Amino acid sequence: MNIEVRGVTKAFGGFVALRDLSLTVPSGELVALLGPSGSGKTTLLRVIAGLAAPDAGQVLFDGRDTTARSARDRRIGFVFQHYALFKHMSVFENVAFGLRVRPRDRRLPEAAIREKVTALLRLVQVDWLADRRPSELSGGQRQRVALARALAVEPSVLLLDEPFGSLDAKVRLELRRWLRRLHDEMHITSAFVTHDQDEALEVADRVVVLNEGRVEQTGTPEEVYDHPATPFVYQFLGSVNLFRGRIEAGRTLIGDGAVALPGPAPAAAGSAAVYVRPHLLEIHRHPEGESHFKAVVGRLVPSGAVVRVELTTEWGESVQVEASRERARSLELRTGEEVFLVPHDVKVFHHPGR
Amino acid sequence: MAARRVLPGFGLSLGLTVLYLGLVVLVPLSTLALTAAGLSWDQLWAAAAPRALAAYRLSLGCAFGAALLNAGAGLLVAWVLVRYPFPGRRLVDALVDLPFALPTAVAGITLAALYSENGWVGARLAALGLKVAYTPLGIVVALTFVGLPFVVRTVQPVLEELDPEAEDAACSLGATRSQTFFKVLLPELRPALLTGFTLAFARGLGEYGSVIFIAGNMPLKTEIAPLLIMIKLEQYDVAGATAVALVFLLASFSLLFGLHLLQGRGARAAAPRRLPREDAA
Repeated sequence: MNIEVRGVTKAFGGFVALRDLSLTVPSGELVALLGPSGSGKTTLLRVIAGLAAPDAGQVLFDGRDTTARSARDRRIGFVFQHYALFKHMSVFENVAFGLRVRPRDRRLPEAAIREKVTALLRLVQVDWLADRRPSELSGGQRQRVALARALAVEPSVLLLDEPFGSLDAKVRLELRRWLRRLHDEMHITSAFVTHDQDEALEVADRVVVLNEGRVEQTGTPEEVYDHPATPFVYQFLGSVNLFRGRIEAGRTLIGDGAVALPGPAPAAAGSAAVYVRPHLLEIHRHPEGESHFKAVVGRLVPSGAVVRVELTTEWGESVQVEASRERARSLELRTGEEVFLVPHDVKVFHHPGR
Repeated sequence: MAARRVLPGFGLSLGLTVLYLGLVVLVPLSTLALTAAGLSWDQLWAAAAPRALAAYRLSLGCAFGAALLNAGAGLLVAWVLVRYPFPGRRLVDALVDLPFALPTAVAGITLAALYSENGWVGARLAALGLKVAYTPLGIVVALTFVGLPFVVRTVQPVLEELDPEAEDAACSLGATRSQTFFKVLLPELRPALLTGFTLAFARGLGEYGSVIFIAGNMPLKTEIAPLLIMIKLEQYDVAGATAVALVFLLASFSLLFGLHLLQGRGARAAAPRRLPREDAA
């Protein structure tokens, strides 16, 4: 089922959650709706589900307008951020709920319901918990039960709101790989909301970056990471260094015009925001290449496989660099030392005439 | 040994509890039992006279009916107060407690004036052929008035804790509105609703002040058990009053105890049987 959202606007009192937003979720894909809190991503998911009505715009499933249909008739599976399991029912009954509330003429016989629920619980690997109540489960187990419950109604669209949001780091990692595998087996059109860029980049086929109720960029994880369309996307996906610069005579200058960056620059002069990812800045003891600048080493923070180095440029801006452990060791960096930084890949956002 | 508690003093607190309940509840009640123990069989038999039996039946029936009405209406009031922010909500919220604060006689006189055949409401109902004041229906009206806060105040906090997302989940799974109410919402509210019902029912059994003005107090027809006791006392028939009081007390207690057992069963079913496990997520 292919989902299309056309010009949807939704406001809560004075707060506009979605502004004339349009996007498409192609059939069978797993799409991440990525954005900071308040960007409207959960509202968008609820509008797609039919749990919230848009003030303007349309939602189309396979080209058919479903805006006026209630969530009950949309054949969606929705996994809530806090799972929203039915506390008074066993795990088994939670999963069976969607099958039991069907109108009598479309309801499966009891034996078929049992069989189906058992199969689903096995699929999400919690079949041994069938008789427990939700309060007796861990977060990850609840998440799996919520997913099984949503899948029980054989939805044509699966929507997940911050599916890993309230899990601890290790379970979160494990569960998102598992979700990806599950999607590869089932190929059900899915959208999930997240504020975690790693999660979006790792799990999704396609990432929609949202900000203040608008789509900033849509693309594959590689596209949005390597070719961010806007400064917001660049800043939001991973950590980043920002230099204020200028474009003059076809060159990009930073550091009060002292350092020219390599590569082509736009012809029109103006101010520029220059972004460099911390791992794309290299530390050298001696001047290297045509574009480099001096910086003083501040703090050294070992962080897993890398060492984060905080430095101050010669013109006084602070910079973060990520170096591999070996590189940091061979450089023998000390606080207060002067080194040279070589940018390897910069992204310039240009404001002509300013 | 029991596990160490953060707050010590189980022995002391239980001792105080027993002493307090003993002084406040048990001593007066056992005095009643003691007085009754001194009665002869003939005197006790007065508690089974037709007039007394009619009074028990009326008291229990009206209290039960009023509590049932309040369970429905109280749930609705609590729902509206919790789920919908509307102007004047705080005022309505405060209004709910008013039957607690108002002297019951004031309520009784007001209700009697309103519902009597020439009263503001009573006249309109009489036109429809419905007589409220000086009938068992009037007793139900008075008991509904005094019992409402119990249901609202027990259901309200539970509703506030309830996650509206569970209702969204039910809807997304294809449940109709009534299925969502009966299968998702009501089971969560049932223990609180039952508690509220029990409290309203208990209050209705013992209520005196507001009822006697609207009931008409005709023996065998609209005479409630607490009033019958008063009447016997006024006639210096302490023995008769004691007998009626004892029977009424035992009946009320066994009913309330039964309701408490019912609640306990619901609460156990809702409570986790094992601790959450943080493994194999």
